[in-house]
Amino acid sequence: MNIQCPLPTKTDEIVKLGHGSGGEMTQRLLKNYIQPLFNNSWVSQAHDSATLPWDADRLVFTTDSFVITPLFFPGGNIGELAVYGTVNDLAMGGAEAKFLSCGLILEEGLPLAILERVLISMAEAASKTGVKLVTGDTKVVERGKGDGIYINTSGVGVLESNQSIDPSRIRSGDLILLSGDIGRHGISIMASREGLEFESSLASDCAPLNGAVSKLLRAGVEIHCLRDLTRGGLATALVELAESSNRSFVLEESSIPISEAVQGACEILGLDPLYVANEGRFVAIIPESASELAIATLRETDVGTSCEIIGRVEGEGYAQVILRNSLGCDRLLQRLPGEQLPRIC
Amino acid sequence: MKFLDEYRQSDNIRKIATEIRKVTTKPWTLMEVCGGQTHAIVKNRLDQLLPKELELVHGPGCPVCVTPLEMVDRAIAIASIPEVIFCSFGDMLRVPGSESDLLAVKARGGDVRIVYSPLQAVQIAEQNPSREVVFFAVGFETTAAANAIAASQALHKALDNFSMLVSQFLVTPAIDSICSSPESRVQAFLAAGHVCSITGYERYLPLVQRHHIPIVVTGFEPLDILEGILMCISQLEQGAYRVQNQYLRAVEQAGNRQAQELIRRVFKVSAQQWRGVGWIPQSGLVFNDAFAALDAKSKFDLIRISTAECHQCISGEIMLGQKKPKDCPHFGKGCRPEQPLGAPMVSSEGACSAYYRYSQQEKPREHPVSVAHKNG
Repeated sequence: MNIQCPLPTKTDEIVKLGHGSGGEMTQRLLKNYIQPLFNNSWVSQAHDSATLPWDADRLVFTTDSFVITPLFFPGGNIGELAVYGTVNDLAMGGAEAKFLSCGLILEEGLPLAILERVLISMAEAASKTGVKLVTGDTKVVERGKGDGIYINTSGVGVLESNQSIDPSRIRSGDLILLSGDIGRHGISIMASREGLEFESSLASDCAPLNGAVSKLLRAGVEIHCLRDLTRGGLATALVELAESSNRSFVLEESSIPISEAVQGACEILGLDPLYVANEGRFVAIIPESASELAIATLRETDVGTSCEIIGRVEGEGYAQVILRNSLGCDRLLQRLPGEQLPRIC
Repeated sequence: MKFLDEYRQSDNIRKIATEIRKVTTKPWTLMEVCGGQTHAIVKNRLDQLLPKELELVHGPGCPVCVTPLEMVDRAIAIASIPEVIFCSFGDMLRVPGSESDLLAVKARGGDVRIVYSPLQAVQIAEQNPSREVVFFAVGFETTAAANAIAASQALHKALDNFSMLVSQFLVTPAIDSICSSPESRVQAFLAAGHVCSITGYERYLPLVQRHHIPIVVTGFEPLDILEGILMCISQLEQGAYRVQNQYLRAVEQAGNRQAQELIRRVFKVSAQQWRGVGWIPQSGLVFNDAFAALDAKSKFDLIRISTAECHQCISGEIMLGQKKPKDCPHFGKGCRPEQPLGAPMVSSEGACSAYYRYSQQEKPREHPVSVAHKNG
């Protein structure tokens, strides 16, 4: 008796448990879907691991996992998010991303056409950021036990300059430079997840940040610290940096750029835009002497056209973030206890 | 942003604050009734602009906070039933019941869904005819109208798998009860503008006469609140007591008659239990007989649920303006947002949450603050 598993050949086919078996179906998935898109000499080695060249003094290594509903949202999808997220984490250490791994956890029943769209998007994002997807893994979980696709990417990069970019270099008197307006990603995800419609179109800010960081470094801007704003938004990122550097940060509320669409949605839903997620924004902590060059350089990049100095690092010894409003009144920003929940009225 | 920016404009706010300082000659205690107003005051640190003689205390105007523990326990019990889809506004999910909260029910596998309108819950019931869909109808008069529409739709569509766990409160009887209390220190009220946009403010006229106390219908933006305060103080300084409407752009004396009619068609007035406060006559809404089939309380056998309030939480005294969050020995210690003793610490309109989030004292800094840097 010759039992043949149905192999994915048509676009209307779906992910089946067999695709994670390590057998013929897995091979077909790799050959038909993954290898053609992640095409480079490391992937074609078809080995358990990729052997990489290393000529840098210091390697930078990071990992991130991506679980998002919906998989496609205005301004992006889980695939490009998974590439940009890890590339951005490396960029925040001043490193240029070189190689990425890609761990896929697929849910049984996922249309292969959707998987293909995500993979194409990953390949495009990799090409845009100059990173190579060199190794990976695919597992399939039973229907109902996943959200379509989960992706983990780990990445290695090499430091782009001799500057050490980390929170310990933050000094009193430094300025806080925000790369652009905040809250677009979180609000557009919430809107598409819940079917909320707003008058103006709103798209995620999902974007690679490595180009902007490279440009700053190449221009010779002195950078003390970088941090991308993801879950928890601007407020959480700055609270973390204030704690790591044990310093007071003072922000001017009126200088923080927020689009009308995000502001309006936050007003309706009772959310604080300072805590809403971003996927293409970062803060740079820089000495005051570097600020003019930093602003001029960043404004020439795609992601930094609306960058602003939003505050200053004050005294040492107290880790706190103070938000000063237009009335000159101060309040402290803190971590949220959990996720923000929309209110009753 | 139109209708917002003009009420947040700092020059105008400063002007009114100066005016308040000018007219204030004696100490006065004002209550902002709505938790949304408390948040606006503390978030914008308007308290820093006001004269020392003026004390602002919070009122009972946070529907999440005043929902009795027993009702939260009922919600948790219903949400834990496997065939139920339990729909709620986001605020209620973190509110502690006696042993758990709705977020924990969700984490354990309960189908708890955040909705933005009760009509979404009706839609979910239509889409899931084999499941029981329950909406947690919590709120003041502001949400009662939307809840009434949802109930009418469900009845019209003959959805026998839809019901509502009703915890509806009426504001005026609560203000009356505070005025009548011998312990009350409140000398004037900033009434909640949103509620008045539905109810109007005719009901406040007899209260003002009976208790000789000014009531000013007030909005939620910084300028609204300061204008409301100025109107209250001006009356107090002159020995006057009138109902005034600061929130002219949203509130008319008669209110929204269509919404009132909708509410009357679906609900009837009854006694209501307020968390930490107790029973207040004529201060709640329950389904009238035509809608009784939609009442989740009778649909699900919950008679056995009867919970005593948590004695450590002083939410009652806080919501009656007798104490402030920082007067509570547990504030910021045993009671924190991630581990609350009572709803005011987790509701987006809760007074304790406002104080915890926005009014923590900053520590001294080495250098004087100056962030006057101008971008290029």
